[in-house]
Amino acid sequence: MVYLTRIEHFNAAHKLFNPDWSKEKNEAIFGGCANENWHGHNYELWVTIKGKPDASTGYSIDARVLSKLVKEVVLDKVDHHNLNIDVDFMKGKMTTVENLAMSIWEQLRGGLPSGVSLHRIRLYETPRIFVEYFGE
Amino acid sequence: MDMENKKVAVFRKEHFCAAHRLHNDAWDEQKNFAVFGKCNNPNYHGHNYELIVKLIGIPDKDTGFVADLKKLGELIREKVIRRFDHKNLNLDVEEFREKNPTVENITIVIYNLLKDYIEPDRELVIRLYETEKNFAEYPA
Repeated sequence: MVYLTRIEHFNAAHKLFNPDWSKEKNEAIFGGCANENWHGHNYELWVTIKGKPDASTGYSIDARVLSKLVKEVVLDKVDHHNLNIDVDFMKGKMTTVENLAMSIWEQLRGGLPSGVSLHRIRLYETPRIFVEYFGE
Repeated sequence: MDMENKKVAVFRKEHFCAAHRLHNDAWDEQKNFAVFGKCNNPNYHGHNYELIVKLIGIPDKDTGFVADLKKLGELIREKVIRRFDHKNLNLDVEEFREKNPTVENITIVIYNLLKDYIEPDRELVIRLYETEKNFAEYPA
C-alpha cells in the first residue's frame, strides 16, 4: 500500500456564528471569528489517498486525475468565495476548519477511481492551525 | 572590525486574517469582473496576511538596538493588527472605505499608520504577504 498526497490552496472568507444564539453569545464563544462582516484565510488542503501501484503504470492514481477531481468538487466551489454563503456543501453547517475538512472528505469520497481510497484530509486554516480527518 | 556607525536592518513579523474584495464602484459589474476576476466575488474572500516590518539604522550606543523588537511588536499590534485582524478590510477599516484593499494599498496604509511612531533616524520599510507567492513592499 502506498499513500499519495496532493497539496492545494484556496482563499476564502467566513465567520463563526450560530444563528440560534444572540450576537453577545456568539461573540463570547467565537470572539473575533464572529465578526459579522467576515474575515478570511489562506487555506492549505492536503488530500491523501491510498492504493497499490498498478503493474503497468506504476501509479496508484494518476496525480492529474486527483488534481482535476479536487479542483472540480472542492476548489472551484470554495476558492475566492464566502464559505457561509457561496458554498453548497457547507449550507447549514458551522464553517469551522473541522467541519470543512469533514465536508471536503464527503465531496471527494465518491469521485475516486476504483482501486484507491481516501485516507486523510488535512486542512490548514493558518500555518499554525490544522485538522486531520480519516473518515472515522 | 569597526562596529561604529554601521547600519543594520531589523525585522518584526506579525500576521492577521481578514476578508476583502476588489471592486471599483465607478465601474459596472461586468467591468469589475473582467478586471478583478474572482477577487471581485460580492460575498468576499480572505487571506492570512503576513506582515514584515523592517527598520534600518545604526545600533544605539548604549543598548546595541536598532529597535527594541518587543516594543516594535507591541506597536504593530496596537496600530495595525488590532484594527485589521478578523475584520473585513472593505467594511471595517476606514482607510479602505474609498480605496481598494489591494496588497499594494494595504502596504502603504500600514506604512502610514506606523511611520509617526518610528524614530526619525530609522528607515521604515513594510513588506506584506497576501499569499506565499504574492507580496508588496513600500517604500519602493
